[in-house]
Amino acid sequence: MVRLTIDGRSIDTEPGKTILEVARENGIEIPSLCYHPGLESFGACRLCVVEITKPGWDGWKKLVTSCLFPVEEDLIVDTRSEEVLENRKVVLDLLLARVPDSDVIRQLAAQHGIHDTTYTKRENADTCIMCGICVRVCDAIGCSAIATLSRGPDKYVDVPNKDACIGCLACAMSCPTEAIPFTEVGGKRIIWDKEFDLVQCTATGEYIGTQEQIDHFAKKSGLDKSYFEKSDMARKKETAAAFARVQFK
Amino acid sequence: MTAPKTFKNAKALLDYAKKVRESRKIRKREIRVCGGPGCVAGGSRKIYEEIGQEIDAHAAELKAAGLELDVTLVKKCTGCHGMCEAGPIVTVEPDSIFYAHTKPGDAKKIVEETLVKGELVEDLLYRLCDRKGGDRAHTYHDIPFYALQQRIALRNVGTIDPTDFDDFIAAGGLEGFTKALAMKPEEVIEEVEKSGLRGRGGAGFPAGRKWKSAVRVKKDRVWIICNGDEGDPGAFMDRTIMDSDPYSVIEGMLIGAYALGATEGYIYVRHEYPLAVKHLTMAIERLTAIGLLGDNILGSGMSFRLKISRGGGAFVCGESSALMRSLEGKVGEPRAKYVRSVEKGLNDEPTVLNNVETWVCVPAIMNKGADWFSSIGTPTSKGTKVFSLVGKVRHTGLVEVPMGRTLREIIYNVGGGILNDRPFKAVQTGGPSGGCLPADKLDLSVDFDTLTRAGAMMGSGGMVVMDDRTCMVDVAKYFTKFLIDESCGKCVPCREGLRQTYELLDKITRGEGEMEDLDKIEKLCHTMEVASLCGLGKSAPYPVTSTLQYFRDEYIAHIKDKKCEAGVCKPLIHYEINKNCIGCKLCKKRCPTEAISGENKKLHVIDQDKCITCGICYDVCPVDTVDIISGGEVVNNRLEPTGKAKLAATKA
Repeated sequence: MVRLTIDGRSIDTEPGKTILEVARENGIEIPSLCYHPGLESFGACRLCVVEITKPGWDGWKKLVTSCLFPVEEDLIVDTRSEEVLENRKVVLDLLLARVPDSDVIRQLAAQHGIHDTTYTKRENADTCIMCGICVRVCDAIGCSAIATLSRGPDKYVDVPNKDACIGCLACAMSCPTEAIPFTEVGGKRIIWDKEFDLVQCTATGEYIGTQEQIDHFAKKSGLDKSYFEKSDMARKKETAAAFARVQFK
Repeated sequence: MTAPKTFKNAKALLDYAKKVRESRKIRKREIRVCGGPGCVAGGSRKIYEEIGQEIDAHAAELKAAGLELDVTLVKKCTGCHGMCEAGPIVTVEPDSIFYAHTKPGDAKKIVEETLVKGELVEDLLYRLCDRKGGDRAHTYHDIPFYALQQRIALRNVGTIDPTDFDDFIAAGGLEGFTKALAMKPEEVIEEVEKSGLRGRGGAGFPAGRKWKSAVRVKKDRVWIICNGDEGDPGAFMDRTIMDSDPYSVIEGMLIGAYALGATEGYIYVRHEYPLAVKHLTMAIERLTAIGLLGDNILGSGMSFRLKISRGGGAFVCGESSALMRSLEGKVGEPRAKYVRSVEKGLNDEPTVLNNVETWVCVPAIMNKGADWFSSIGTPTSKGTKVFSLVGKVRHTGLVEVPMGRTLREIIYNVGGGILNDRPFKAVQTGGPSGGCLPADKLDLSVDFDTLTRAGAMMGSGGMVVMDDRTCMVDVAKYFTKFLIDESCGKCVPCREGLRQTYELLDKITRGEGEMEDLDKIEKLCHTMEVASLCGLGKSAPYPVTSTLQYFRDEYIAHIKDKKCEAGVCKPLIHYEINKNCIGCKLCKKRCPTEAISGENKKLHVIDQDKCITCGICYDVCPVDTVDIISGGEVVNNRLEPTGKAKLAATKA
C-alpha cells in the first residue's frame, strides 16, 4: 500500500501504478493525448505534466510526466499548480500551431484559455499531433504495418510495411484527432491506400471487417474463426436464444 | 616480440610486458607520424611511406650512425597528436622534436638531417607566433599548447601505434586491469567512487555511484556499454581516443566488467567513425585471441564478451536511453526514465553506460590510485577533461587540462588566443546545446558545477570560440536549426518548441522582430527546459537562453535599431563604398551581379537594388573602403588597417 496526496486529497493505492492512473481512478482529471490505457506509456505529449514534491524536499518541486511517474509513499502531487498550467498552455499553444484545424485540440486549448495560437501556424497542416498511438496500437496488434518516419518537425506517420496491414482500422479508431482517413463504400474499405474486401456477417449480412483482420485475430486469440465472422448483433441474438433455452429455477 | 598464444594468468601478462619493455631499451630513435584524420587528409600517410623509403635509401649511413630499422630505429603511425591546426605532424623521440605542417617530400630532409646527422630541420619546426621570423619551438615541450596540458585520458594518444598490442602493453597497458583483478570487485567500485570520477559524456554523474547502484539491483545479468556516439559538431575527443588508443577503452570496460560482474558489453560507435570501428575491431580480435576477452580471462574465472554496434547517424542516439533502444533494434528514441537504466536499461536489464572518455580514465585510476586522481581538479570535479578547442582560436585541436582551469587559461594560454588577435566575444561550451559565455566570464573555473551555474555546461567538452564578427542572434539561430534537424520529434516541447523558437529568431534576424518576441522565446525555452522528455530537449534552449542573458542588447539592437553589430545578418546590412576608394575596379570585376559601377581611378558605387550582399567586394577591396552599414552605422569590425589600407587611410 502506498499513501500519497493528490491536489490535497490523501489517497491510498497499490504500488506500481502511475500518478495518472491513480488520479483518474479517484476522479481527478489530468488532460492527456498520447496516453492509451491499453498501451505502454509513451510520454510524448507532455500535457499530463504535474508538479511533485515530498516532505523532505525542503519545498523543492519538479515537473514530471504523470503517465510515467510511479506513485511513491508520501508523494505530494499538484495537478493544477501555476507552473503546471503555464507549461500545459504552452504545449497546447504549440499543438494548436501544428494542427490549427483540429477540433479536439481547439476545444482542449479553449478550455485552457487559448483561443488562437501565439505561434506560426503550420502550412498545409493535417490534424496529426504525433502522439504515436496509431503506431503503438499497430505494434500491439502484431502487425507493425505503420511507423513514424523521418525526425524532428518533419516526422510523419506512414505505412512502410503495407503488406502487413490487415485493414483493421485500429489506428484510425484510436487516433485522438481523427487524423487517419479511411473510406467504406460498397463492401470495400480503403485505408493507407490499400483496398480490402469487407466480409459480411454469416447471420445478419452486415459488413464486419476484412478477411485479413478475421484471420489475424483468430490466429492471435486462438478462438475459432466463426467467432469473428459474426457481427455484434448476431452474437447478441445468439446469446438471447441460448438464454431462452435455459430452464431457470 | 611474439606474444604467447594465450596469457594463462596475470603474471604471464606482466612478464611479457616486462620483456617487451626490456627489448625496447635499445631503441635510439622513434619517428612518429600522426595518423589522425586531420593529418591523413594533409598527406601524412604518404609522408609515412616516404620516410620508410628514405630510411631504406639511407640504410648504410643510418647504420653508421648506429641506427637500424626496427631495432634501434622505429617508425610508426600513431593516433592524433591533438594539434590538428599544425598538421601533418611528425615527432622524433627521444628528443621530443616536433615537425609541423610537413608535406610529402619533407621525408628526405627529416631522415638526412635529423636521423643521420642528428640536426634539426629548422623550417619544419613549429613557429611560436604568427609573424614571419618568429621563434620556432625546438621540442613540443616548448609549445604552450602541449606544455600546459596534463594527459590522462589521452595518455597514449599520439604516442603509440593504435594497432600494435605490444606498443600498448609497453606503455603500461593492462596494468590497471591486473591490479583490479587482484582486488575484490567491491573494492574496485570503492576505488572508482573514491577517485571522484564523474561521467565525461555530459551530465557528470559520479561513475562509482552509478556502478554501485547497478550492483545493488540484484539481477542475473548486468550489461555494460561504452557510448561512442559522439555527435556534437566540432567535438572529436571520443573519436580520437577510440582511433588512437582502442586498447585502453577496452581495458576500462574490462575493469568495469570485473567490478560489476558483467559478462557482455557493447561499444556503440558512430557510423561516421570508420577508423574507430576498424581499430576497435582489431583490438577486440587481438584480445580475444590472447585470452583477454572471452572465458576465464587470465585464469580468474571471469568471462567477458564485447561487441561493436554502429550507430545509424542520429545525434539523439548519444542520449543513453535512445542508444539502448537502438541497440535493441528499435527506433532510436529516448525513453522517459523515471526508472534508471542501472535498474532497467538494455533489454530491461541493469545496464551501466559510460562515455569513452570515462572508461578510458578507469585503468589510469586503477593503476595510479584513487588518491592520485582525486588530487587533480577541483573539490567536486576531479581529474582532467579533454576539450576540443575550435572556432576563432589560434591553436585548434584537442587539449586535456585539469578541471578547474579558467576559460581564459584554456583559450589564451593553451589555445594561443584569438585568431588574428581579434577581440574575444564569446565561448560556447558543451556542444550544440551548450551556453555562450561572454568575456566577463572568462575567469570562470571550468568544471561541471561552475559552468552549469553560469548557464552553460561542460557537456562532452566542446569549446567553440567566437570573435567580434560573430552575431549572437545568428549563433542562437544556427544551433537551434541544428537541434531541429537532430530532434527525434517524439515530444511536443522539443519538436514544436524548437521549430517556433527558430521562426522567432529568424524573424528577428530579418529585422522584423518585436520586443514581445523575446518574451515568447523565453516562455518557450522555459517549457522546453522543464517539460521535454530527454536531455536533448531539456538542454536545447541553452544557446538561446544564454545569449539572451549575456547578449540581450544585441537582440534589442536587431529589433529596435534593425542593426546587426557583427555585420552578419544579411537582411539588416548593406554595403557602401566610401570616398577613399582608389578606383581599382577589383570589386567591379568580382561582383557576381554587376551591381558596382565606376570608372578607372574614380569612386565606385554599389547599386543597392542589384546587390545581393554577398560581401565579395568587402573581402577583395585592397584598401578597405567597402563599408558594412547596419542600422545606419558603419559596422565594419575591421582591425587596425595595415599595408595599402593603412597608406590609403593616412592619405585620406
